[in-house]
Amino acid sequence: MSGEKKSDVIHTRIWLEEPEADNPFATRAAHCHGYDVYGEMLGNARWVQMLYLLLRREAPTPAQTELLEALAVALANPGPRDPSIHAAMCGGIGGSSIAACLMAALAVGAGHQNGAREVFHAMHGWETCDTNLDAWRNWVTATTTAAATDVWPAPEHPPGFDPCGDSISTIARQTLERLAPLSPGRNLPWLLRDRRVLEQAVGRPMALSGVAAAALVDLGFSAEQGEALYLLLRLPGAAAHALEQRGHRYNNFPFFSLELENDPAAKADPTESSR
Amino acid sequence: MNRIQSLLQHVGRLRTRMGAAFVGQRAVFRGHDLHTDLKNMDWLELFAFGITGKRFTSAELTLLHALWVYTSYPDARIWNNRVAALAGSARSTGALGLAAALAVSEAKIYGLGPGVRAYDFFAEATRRLASGVHLTEIIEHTLHTQRGIGGYGRPIAADDERIGPIMARARENGLADGRFIKLAFETDAVLRAGRGRLRINYAAITAALLLDLEFTRAQYYQFMIPIFFAGMPPCFMEAAERPEGTLFPLTCADVLYEGAPKRSWSSVNTTK
Repeated sequence: MSGEKKSDVIHTRIWLEEPEADNPFATRAAHCHGYDVYGEMLGNARWVQMLYLLLRREAPTPAQTELLEALAVALANPGPRDPSIHAAMCGGIGGSSIAACLMAALAVGAGHQNGAREVFHAMHGWETCDTNLDAWRNWVTATTTAAATDVWPAPEHPPGFDPCGDSISTIARQTLERLAPLSPGRNLPWLLRDRRVLEQAVGRPMALSGVAAAALVDLGFSAEQGEALYLLLRLPGAAAHALEQRGHRYNNFPFFSLELENDPAAKADPTESSR
Repeated sequence: MNRIQSLLQHVGRLRTRMGAAFVGQRAVFRGHDLHTDLKNMDWLELFAFGITGKRFTSAELTLLHALWVYTSYPDARIWNNRVAALAGSARSTGALGLAAALAVSEAKIYGLGPGVRAYDFFAEATRRLASGVHLTEIIEHTLHTQRGIGGYGRPIAADDERIGPIMARARENGLADGRFIKLAFETDAVLRAGRGRLRINYAAITAALLLDLEFTRAQYYQFMIPIFFAGMPPCFMEAAERPEGTLFPLTCADVLYEGAPKRSWSSVNTTK
């Protein structure tokens, strides 16, 4: 009946689905990397264990579970000032679909400025430099002077470090202090001990994205996996803030003032405002 | 001025030369009144003007239109189009499906990725040629360091059916003889003479033609974003008109599992 070619199948090492006897489209059992999801994991596995299993192919150790869960709490809501949440709220205030709001958060939160691409590069930093300060100095120079080579723009500040201010924010420091004792890896404990030395070498204070990157490397994630998790783990805040704005009046949401530097009507009415 | 002061200067206001909506009165687009000065622009002309700030001749606009038209394929099997079609079949909204399909078009092996890499190759090759390096050496160096050249080679088929029509259009409009489009075909000739199977593709053509029109890298990138777009709404609409879920349904047997054997979750240590 189907007559499809053998090539028209999806290959996966993640997911095995077994069909019901009377319906090839209905699932009788689903296994994730070998574990029976609905027959055994459900009710026994934590959300972050499922996340880890999906990406790393093995269940996390108890220490890895605790660290990932703590990281997920730290990242769950960047707050309404964050550009990704701001974007989600722009969808919410106008009544866009919640899917559009989350897509907006993903798009804006994907970049180099406190976004997932920053975490991607910061994880490369940890993988490349480990705890070697000279390597960090060289990496910062190379990263911030490289030209764009693909669709992504080039980083404008050392990834994982704060381009603004002279010292680590309290919430980034608190995150580091809470996560480091949970880490089964070496980066977070070293960072807790020698953060100031690293910051001096790089010339910028550590950012929350950099702490997250160190945690994700300590958990064994690749930079691409960490990039994906950083996007995913910040979506709860985007959803909450977008939904909140849907219930607000649009004139209670900032529209900001605008200075048009080349207004063709400026000579006719120089005091006109765009508000 | 430190970074904090710089940010504080930008709080609450936008200083711009791109435009503004004077809601209820008028709109300004790059220093021109949209409804009077630019009222006769067609959409793509306005799009190109918005990206570059430049006006284009009739011949150039004809070519810019053709660049989009000749790669608008309403084939729902193509990966980015399939996203739009799946959205229609799954009864999502058109905007969500088309926006996702556009984003997916920013791919590594087709779409924006090869286009930007082709742009970079031609720009860098031109600099190196000017310093006396032979094209063959530039190509070999690029193949060695980047394991490929953006705009050369194509998934699924080696030859590119879009090149003949777009070059015919370029010739008709006197735009087929720029130095970058010549470089694109000279590169193809070198690759064809070698052992590899890389052939020039549409990404190289778009990059070279727009380099010849003096698009910057950023302008080229922006202009290319909707290049496949016209093929996407038909894919969405047909899927949306057909019974739900009937676009590429997959049975359990259509997913070939190649992972770990079955094992028990009870063996996983979940204690702290």
